[in-house]
Amino acid sequence: MSAKPRAALAALALSLGGCEGPQNMLDSSGPQADTIEGLWWVMLTVTSAVWFLVVAAMLVAIWRRRVRAEALELSGEPKPHRRERSLGIAVAASVGLTVAILFAFTIYSFVLERRVFAAPPKDALEIQVTGHQWWWQVRYVHKDPSKIVETANEIHIPVGQKVTVRLSSPDVIHSFWVPNLHGKRDLIPGQEAIFWIEADRPGSYRGQCAEFCGWQHAHMSFWVHAEEPEAFQAWLEQQRRPAPEPPDDLTRRGRDIFVTGPCAMCHAISGTTASARFGPDLTHLASRTTIAAGTLPNTRGHLAAWIADPQSYKPGNRMPPTFLPPADMQALLAYLETLR
Amino acid sequence: MRAGIFAAFVILVGAAVLLLVFGPITYVREAREFRPDPVAATAPPEIRMTDLQPGLPLPGPNPNTGGENPSWYERNAVALSEGQRLFSAMNCVGCHSHGGGGMGPPLMDDKWIYGSDIKNIYATIVEGRPNGMPSFRGKIPPEQVWQIAAYVRSMAGLTPKQASPSRPDHLQAKAPEASYPEQPPAGGLIPPSATAPQ
Repeated sequence: MSAKPRAALAALALSLGGCEGPQNMLDSSGPQADTIEGLWWVMLTVTSAVWFLVVAAMLVAIWRRRVRAEALELSGEPKPHRRERSLGIAVAASVGLTVAILFAFTIYSFVLERRVFAAPPKDALEIQVTGHQWWWQVRYVHKDPSKIVETANEIHIPVGQKVTVRLSSPDVIHSFWVPNLHGKRDLIPGQEAIFWIEADRPGSYRGQCAEFCGWQHAHMSFWVHAEEPEAFQAWLEQQRRPAPEPPDDLTRRGRDIFVTGPCAMCHAISGTTASARFGPDLTHLASRTTIAAGTLPNTRGHLAAWIADPQSYKPGNRMPPTFLPPADMQALLAYLETLR
Repeated sequence: MRAGIFAAFVILVGAAVLLLVFGPITYVREAREFRPDPVAATAPPEIRMTDLQPGLPLPGPNPNTGGENPSWYERNAVALSEGQRLFSAMNCVGCHSHGGGGMGPPLMDDKWIYGSDIKNIYATIVEGRPNGMPSFRGKIPPEQVWQIAAYVRSMAGLTPKQASPSRPDHLQAKAPEASYPEQPPAGGLIPPSATAPQ
């Protein structure tokens, strides 16, 4: 597509709604999203042209019918044979054109889909993403079990590299969708979906569950942070470390509350005895930007509110309210803030 | 003729009134309790052996008795299915298997060492029992313990059928049909379709 109509169409789309942002398929940031966006523009252009042609033909028909009817009334001599023949030609031509366009679309999208969903390279970085009701479990696979990294609702990827994503679900069907990077991919319980994503510029892209999965489907989002390879490696090394030893008495008390109280029944912090696999891994909780699958920003106040009363932020989620005396809550928060 | 039209009109109006009055009842949904009162539901339970208290009684239900009506949990389908989920998540299955028992006693038979009432089961989970049952006091919030207790009762078939979790994926309280003694079907072995018309 040449620059001018593309710019015009972009202006049109922009007027219809903001087209730049962290969750936008028209702001593609990777090769696959580029392909999908290209397909979208081609289809939009062709179908718009068809629509304008149809409307124009309709207007002409309305106008011509009136002129013809008047002329025929004057002459008093209709020529049904010729009219029927030209009508037949017009109908055949438009049906033929429609079939040809749809056929071309089918082949075009099929070819692009094969490129977008091609098998990922064998040596690519591999991430397992598990969709739970209602959060995302993320695991960076490694041959050495001590180098496996587990996090939640936040995926870091290196820029310019293909990243294999293995999707699975233990409960219901979810769908992994980061519009800036790729199309949707469903997580079907009992089977694994494999595909790859790639970002070609650094940035933070928002993802969202795109298949209705229950009460808190709308609050099941995540962020993909694309970073330069060195920054990504630094992040990965940091995530591989166990949680640091609490530095002072207050945080030590917070750790004890965590491992002896109800928190440790569901959550894990590597480097402590808390190792339950039911809720998100909290080893590096303080390094994440959001809590509760993108529902709240990760600040001390939100964290306290979430621990004390999660059901008013996200009714139906799996986290029960936890009653702690204020001093214990402060100690626990101080400890959680050390988990960088 | 006019009487017929009038009758049809009366029937139509009557049907409309019936629909308006009783129609909404079919849309009433079972109540879901997502957000228990945080303090009442999660305060560490205090033992209170009697409801007699000097002065006015303390507000809120006694967490040890599930308030006035702990049987609410075993009549509520959402509470029962949450209990089923927690039964695995809190690793009850580690000892009790899925009700069939292992290291711990089976839960789907009719033998109850410490009582089959939902309050007895709650007490067993919260207080623990000798010879292996751990105490979950302060580990699982009371709300969820009631849900687990209700689910434990459902495994033995003690909860209403319409509320109990459907499609258990594991062992069932009902014996498999293959273990039943073979019985000829009612009405003899020859199906009615095979008999000659009389």
